[in-house]
Amino acid sequence: MVITLPERVESMTPMKKTPKVVVENLNFYYGKLHALKNISIEIEQKEVTALIGPSGCGKSTFLRCLNRMNDIIPGIRVEGRILIDGCDIYSRKADVIQLRRKVGMVFQKPNPFPTSIYKNIAYGLKIGGQHSKSEIEGIVEEALKGAALWNEVKDILHKNATALSIGQQQRLCIARCLAIKPEIVLMDEPTSALDPISTCKVEELILDLKSNYTIVIVTHNMQQAARISDRTGFFLLGELIEYGETKKIFTNPCDKRTEDYITGRFG
Amino acid sequence: MISARISQKIAFAVLLVFTIIVLVPVIAILGVLVKNGISSISWEFLSEMPRQGMRAGGIFPAIVGTLLLVVGTVLVALPVGVCAAIYLSEYAPKNRLSRIVRLSIVNLAGVPSIVHGLFGLGLFVLFFGFGTSLLAGWLTLAVLILPVIITAAEESLRAVPVELREASYALGATKWQTVRKVVLPSALPGIITGAILGIGRAAGETAPILFTVAAFYLPHLPGSIFDQVMALPYHLYVIATQVPNVPKELQYGTALVLMTLVFGVNLVAIVIRYFYLRTFRW
Repeated sequence: MVITLPERVESMTPMKKTPKVVVENLNFYYGKLHALKNISIEIEQKEVTALIGPSGCGKSTFLRCLNRMNDIIPGIRVEGRILIDGCDIYSRKADVIQLRRKVGMVFQKPNPFPTSIYKNIAYGLKIGGQHSKSEIEGIVEEALKGAALWNEVKDILHKNATALSIGQQQRLCIARCLAIKPEIVLMDEPTSALDPISTCKVEELILDLKSNYTIVIVTHNMQQAARISDRTGFFLLGELIEYGETKKIFTNPCDKRTEDYITGRFG
Repeated sequence: MISARISQKIAFAVLLVFTIIVLVPVIAILGVLVKNGISSISWEFLSEMPRQGMRAGGIFPAIVGTLLLVVGTVLVALPVGVCAAIYLSEYAPKNRLSRIVRLSIVNLAGVPSIVHGLFGLGLFVLFFGFGTSLLAGWLTLAVLILPVIITAAEESLRAVPVELREASYALGATKWQTVRKVVLPSALPGIITGAILGIGRAAGETAPILFTVAAFYLPHLPGSIFDQVMALPYHLYVIATQVPNVPKELQYGTALVLMTLVFGVNLVAIVIRYFYLRTFRW
C-alpha cells in the first residue's frame, strides 16, 4: 500500500521549540492490567501529533492520561510523570479542573448534551463562572466560527443539538471544547463515526486549528495521520514503538513492526 | 413430532391466552365498579359533606383528604428519595455497606403496609407527639413510597450515558456540577415516573393511614397539619364494613372515585413523561 503525503510537511522550522507536553516513563495500570509500558514522548507546541496503532494498543488510554480523564475509572494506577508547560499534572498540587480547561477533549462518538446548540457551548463557560450573557454570546459565536459551524447553525442556535447531523454534532463538540479556550486539544478518533465529507471538514478544521492549538489525535485511519499530522507515534501492545516526523514514519520507519503496520501487514 | 411452525403457533396462542387472563380481573373490577357505582356519581356526591352518619351526602372531605395526603407525601418523599438515589448511584463507594443499604431499601419495599402503619403510629404519632395528624400521615406514607422513588431514580440516574458525563468532565466540570446540570436533568423522566408510581401507591393505601391520620367521620376540612383528615381508602373501608345500612351505590361510587383518581394520576404521569421526552430541554 502506498500512502501519498501532502507537500506541506517539508516546511518544518529548524529552530528547536520547547515541547508543550513531556511524558517521562509513564506506566498505566487498569487493576492488574499493565496498559501502558514506559511511555516517554515529547509533544511539540502548535503541531498536530497523531497516535496510531491497532485496537487495544493503549493509544486512547494514553490520550486520556493527558487530561486525567482516566481518573473517573476506578482501580487505575499511574506511574511516571507528565509535564505540561513544565508542571507535573499528576502531582498532588495539580488541579484537575484547571488541567481539563487547559487540555480540551473531543471524543470518538459525538456527545453533545441533549439541549440547544447555544447551551451546549455556554455550558463550559457557565461552569467556569462566566455569567455575563453578552460575553457568552460573543464566545459562542467565536467558537462556532472557529469550528466552521457558524454559517450552518447561526439561525438555529436554540434548536436541540441532537437534531444536527452527526458530522455537525462533532464540530459542535469541537466548538464546545474551543469555547473554554484550551491550549491543547485531544481528539480520540474524532472522525471514526463520520461520513467521508464530514471527515474531510473536520480534517480541514484540524489543520486550521494548528496555528493556535497543540493537537493530539488518536486515529485508526493511517491516511488521516499522514494527511494532517506533523509527528506520528506508533503504539503496539501498550508500548510506544516509534515516534517521529510523520513523513519519516510513513516513508522510512526504523522499526520493522511500524513498517508492517503502516503497510497493512497486520492491525 | 410437531413441526417448528406449528409449535411456534401454539406458543404464541398460549402466551396470548395468559395475557388475556391477566387483563380479565382488571376489566372485571372496573366493570363491576362502573356498573354499580356510576349511578351515585354526581356533582353533589363529589362536592358535599357526608350526612346521616355517612349513609347519604357526598365524599368531598375524603377526596380532599386523599389529595392532601398524596401531595404532602410526595413533597416529603421526593427530595429525600432523590438525594438518596443521587448518593447511591453517584457517590457511594462500591463496598459492603452500600450493598447492605441498597438491599435494605429493596426490602423496605416488601414490608407489609400494616407494619408501616404501626411504625408510623409508634414513631410519628406517639414518640414525636404529632398525634393523629396530616403530618404523621405524610411521614408514614413517605416512608412507604421511598423505596419506589429511590429505586426508580437510582436506575434512571445510572442509565445516563457515560459519554455525557465525560463531555462534562472534559470541560472542567466538577463531579457535583456534572451531577446537577447533566446527569439529573437527563434522569428526570425516570424520576418523575418513580414519583408517580409512589403517588398511586400513597393514594390507595389504607393500613398506613389507619392509625396515623385517617378520621372515621369528620365532616369538615382540616385547618392545620396537625388535624386529621378523611381519606378515600379508609372511608371506603368504613362505609363497607363499619357502618350498617350504607346504600350499596355509595360504596361502589366511592370505590369508583378512588380508582379513577389513581388512574388519573397515573395518566397524568404518562402524559408528562411523554411530553418531557419529546421536548427534552434543560
